[in-house]
Amino acid sequence: MIQVDHLSKRFGDKTAVDDISFRVHEGEILGFLGPNGAGKSTTMRILTGFLPATSGTARVAGYDVFSDSLNVRKQIGYLPENVPLYLDMRVNEYLTFRAQLKGVPKKDRRARIQEALEKCGVVEVQNQIVGTLSKGYRQRVGLADTMVHDPKILILDEPTIGLDPNQIRQVRALIKELGKKHTILLSTHILPEVEMICGRVIIIDRGKLVAIDTPGNLTSKLRGGATIHLEAKGPLGRIKAGLEGIPGVLKVKGEDESVALSGARTKTHHFVLETDKGRDVREEVFNAFVENKWVLLGMKKEAVTLEEVFHQITTREAEETAEPLPPGEGPAPKGGIKETVSGLIKKIKA
Amino acid sequence: MTNSITIFKREMISYFYSPIAYIVIAVFLLSSGYFFARILALSQQATLMYSLANTQVILSILAPVITMRLLSEEVKSGTIEMLMTAPVTDFEVVFGKFLAALCLYLVMLAPTLLYVVFLGWVGDPDMGPIISSYIGLALMGAMFVSIGLLMSALTRNQIVAGVLGIVTLVILFYLGFAVSGTEGWYVPVLQYVGTYDHWEPFTKGLVDTKDVIYYVSITVLCLFITIRTLESSKWR
Repeated sequence: MIQVDHLSKRFGDKTAVDDISFRVHEGEILGFLGPNGAGKSTTMRILTGFLPATSGTARVAGYDVFSDSLNVRKQIGYLPENVPLYLDMRVNEYLTFRAQLKGVPKKDRRARIQEALEKCGVVEVQNQIVGTLSKGYRQRVGLADTMVHDPKILILDEPTIGLDPNQIRQVRALIKELGKKHTILLSTHILPEVEMICGRVIIIDRGKLVAIDTPGNLTSKLRGGATIHLEAKGPLGRIKAGLEGIPGVLKVKGEDESVALSGARTKTHHFVLETDKGRDVREEVFNAFVENKWVLLGMKKEAVTLEEVFHQITTREAEETAEPLPPGEGPAPKGGIKETVSGLIKKIKA
Repeated sequence: MTNSITIFKREMISYFYSPIAYIVIAVFLLSSGYFFARILALSQQATLMYSLANTQVILSILAPVITMRLLSEEVKSGTIEMLMTAPVTDFEVVFGKFLAALCLYLVMLAPTLLYVVFLGWVGDPDMGPIISSYIGLALMGAMFVSIGLLMSALTRNQIVAGVLGIVTLVILFYLGFAVSGTEGWYVPVLQYVGTYDHWEPFTKGLVDTKDVIYYVSITVLCLFITIRTLESSKWR
């Protein structure tokens, strides 16, 4: 549906988008993730024909965004960041105007507008002047506008920014609903959003594409570097040795701790296990404790969230240069998540 | 073209939802009505010639007020992004807005037809010069509006656009007077560029091709530059 090849955009000597290539397939919801100023909006503006690219090509629904801009614009519904609307018009007037502009035939117009109003939950404000609406309603009027001509592709730039939690929930549900009929490219810097609605994620940072995968894969690639926290009672050295013997455990860190147990202060130990990629060692750990009759007070697995992936990937530069890893090597035995992430980036890049 | 009509309709809605249309029309009718009454009382002639000759300055000020927000506001509020990512061409956008401004201009002039009715009631006016005057006013309006629209495309600040438009039109108006009485190669050039010499024949009942071409060509030129300016804003 969308093909982007080696797309670059420079403003003067500042590179906003740097050699990005990706595909958006029909019917998928693709999340465009990146910190502010990463080049998300610029890429979207190029795709919608609002800005020309400096180099590279982009095709939307088979049409080139530069040479065939009008056809591209017929296929897309675009919601720019901050949702600029004509504040002096009434909601239904505005949508009528937009539907006419987008070439919705006269006989379908009312039905299309009605459907858009209903789907976006703005029926009750349809006779209000846009300027008097709250941010949440404006956002939804903007969404209604993007879908009023039933485009194949929706391009939504930060559709949930500036909304309150309830509105965010509604808008997300709406986008998911729209995703059943439309191909959607949406940008955000809110990670749970991506995990919730997107089939695939592109992570972009400083104009460069750093990762493209499903949210699940992105996190599971890192989950190998997950850590397990144990709280235990028993001989520190022997427990540590025993834990190190479990296959899949890369590193054990143990230290003394004292907690109040059944009223009395008891000496306990706190262990941090770093485990191998894609392997859950909790069962083996438990069995080891049972066999040796050590006391296990608590066990907690710390899962890597997309939030961490994002943070690690987008702040990678310094780490990567500081701790170079030979390519192809798995997670390093030391240092935990950081190496795993730079290993992941290396893999993604390769 | 349907897109131009759509944009035209939106702009008309916008004009009459904001106070701008009413203010402009009121100011115009107050001042032109004053001139009409005073000049009629002094000259005692059933003609619009003298009073219409005066309206040119008022129109030079009011036309840019009509056009000043047309494009600058779109850029400033960001709605240009919504507009230009809809399947419309730059020409359709500019032409639709031009039509809307010209239409408001004509709406503003329409009540002055009452003056003609009044003249017919108190005297026996020669209709020839009156008809040609209105043709001239329409052509002049097209030119004024296109210049104002161009100024609106050049800046994102509508006040700046308005001031630039007024200054341009007032300079064009005085250009002919400024050089009259002097001599040199530039005198006929400036007199041709200035608006007054092209307007006066209309008030006397003369529709000269030379003047029609002047108004039409400047209108087309300004619309063309406006479209180009809008296009080029993508590359900046």
